[in-house]
Amino acid sequence: MMNILVCISCVPDTTSKINFTENDTEFDTNGVQFVINPNDEFGLTRAMWFKEQNDANVDVINVGEQENESVLRKALAIGADRAFRINKKASDSFQVAKLIANHIEGAQYDLIIAGRESIDYNGSMVPGMISELLNINFITNCVKLEINGQTVVADREIEGGIETLSCKLPIIIGGQKGLVEESDLKIPNMRGIMQSRQKPLEVVEPPEIQTKTTTNKFYKPEEKNEIKMVDSNDLDTLIDLLHNEAKVI
Amino acid sequence: MSILAYIESKNKKPKKNSFEVVSYAKELSKKLSTELIVLTINIDNHSNLEKYGPNKIISVNDIALNNFDAKTYADVVSQVATKFSISHIVLGGGVDSKYMAPMLSVKLDAGYLSNVVELPSNVEPFTVKRTSFSNKSFCDASILSDNKIISLASNSFSTIENPSNPEIIDFQVKASNSNIKQNSIDLVQGKVTIADADVVVSAGRGLKGPENWSIIEDLAETLGAATACSKPVSDLGWRPHSEHVGQTGKPVSTNLYIAIGISGAIQHLAGVSSSKVKVVINSDPEAPFFKAADYGVVGDAFEVVPELNEKIKAFKAENN
Ligand SMILES: Cc1cc2nc3c(=O)[nH]c(=O)nc-3n(C[C@H](O)[C@H](O)[C@H](O)COP(=O)(O)OP(=O)(O)OC[C@H]3O[C@@H](n4cnc5c(N)ncnc54)[C@H](O)[C@@H]3O)c2cc1C
Repeated sequence: MMNILVCISCVPDTTSKINFTENDTEFDTNGVQFVINPNDEFGLTRAMWFKEQNDANVDVINVGEQENESVLRKALAIGADRAFRINKKASDSFQVAKLIANHIEGAQYDLIIAGRESIDYNGSMVPGMISELLNINFITNCVKLEINGQTVVADREIEGGIETLSCKLPIIIGGQKGLVEESDLKIPNMRGIMQSRQKPLEVVEPPEIQTKTTTNKFYKPEEKNEIKMVDSNDLDTLIDLLHNEAKVI
Repeated sequence: MSILAYIESKNKKPKKNSFEVVSYAKELSKKLSTELIVLTINIDNHSNLEKYGPNKIISVNDIALNNFDAKTYADVVSQVATKFSISHIVLGGGVDSKYMAPMLSVKLDAGYLSNVVELPSNVEPFTVKRTSFSNKSFCDASILSDNKIISLASNSFSTIENPSNPEIIDFQVKASNSNIKQNSIDLVQGKVTIADADVVVSAGRGLKGPENWSIIEDLAETLGAATACSKPVSDLGWRPHSEHVGQTGKPVSTNLYIAIGISGAIQHLAGVSSSKVKVVINSDPEAPFFKAADYGVVGDAFEVVPELNEKIKAFKAENN
């Protein structure tokens, strides 16, 4: 039976207004709803697909504090079997990668799925770091994943096209849309939600990991200049503005 | 302690963003009073890189490296970094560099920051500004380790000429074998990619159906632009997923972004807002995108776009 781990980052819902507190050193969570990182959600659904086809155990893991548990419960409601929360506020990608790698070392996973990037810190780092820490094959920007016995065939999105790669299990994937279609994303049903309450959610106390980076201060983007409107019967003016003022054509 | 800039290549030539990467690395080397070494893999002509000021160019040529493999390439960059006592590595924001960078950071025990948009504001601790929350904000972040890696956000730093006469060093590496095999590669021929484009013409649900995309493609062709689309358009299968831009699609950071029949939802804007100039064409004067754009036209795309295309064609014919 295949053993799968899906790494879940808890991120602000995509419609969230982004504000900061504590002199712009902390993200303001006031009124913000946290969700499964969209790239991870495609991976979780793909994991459920493997489970339905071939039977598999699907674990989910998050490095974060207690408030993330509702997001992990949602992953259990979607169909994951067990959840692990490493009890540490995630502040550095290396730290997160190292803590997840520690968990993987003790557990023998065939397939580990993370997202290409999280939509909050946009690091694009955790799966690649785990792969190097544990010397496991790694394919990111993954838009298609098939597994046949021990053989993996995966499509990676590259600039201007697609590259098809193959290797053996175990592997770690950086997933994104395409891994499954948007319309196939799993939404928890009532039965799933009921069952999720009985499923194990284990809290693991982490060792100290030396961080390599810190985030110090946030800024909002500068306000845009007023828009210039051009009449649809006067497109020559638009061309003139783009050429002489903006200098982009 | 030196700076290493690694640049990606395509058809044995530096990729377009290479000059940005080398210019940034040169300014960084001045700031740290150290030398700049540029690493190229399978590039045969370095003359256009010399304009941007490297002190040395390390030229690796090996047929085993003809196809990009992240692990093998990370291994090569790390061999070079160790051999030449590199303290800071500067990478571009291309998909290959971002694939390799986290592996490299573990190999070299280096802190790594991605999507960097400015030169460091401070060198001790080494502090740079980067984008976060999918361009809805920026942050200052520091690297605490001795070895440091950064990758630049696309189109965030301009090229600065700094002609030099670098020493070219042919360097032999032991390319490790990868466990990952490339079965095939499928490139769309003759189209500008979103990553490479100076201009992106993007369209949304306002176009009503895939059969109407010829007006978008015609305008893109006139402008030498890449085509892109909003998320629902790719979810509906009107356009390929590779064209989906926004917070959950590709980021766009181009000189000119033209949005046609796109309402300007927060997730769409997040991914495209770092483009320098934005033009919106929409029939609804209340469309939220007008609040986030530089130039706007209220009108029916099916009338405005073909007319604009003809006028730009005429303009280009006159000005060339
Ligand atoms: C988790 C999540 C992630 C998301 N990520 C993304 C993302 O990455 N990228 C993205 O784009 N969206 C994303 N979305 C979707 C986003 O919320 C919007 O639904 C989407 O951007 C709207 O696409 P649209 O502008 O093409 O369509 P609509 O909102 O339907 O807008 C169509 C526009 O066309 C105009 N129009 C109609 N007819 C004409 C005409 N004849 N001429 C000119 N204009 C016309 C209308 O006035 C309207 O403004 C995400 C949503 C969620 C929930």
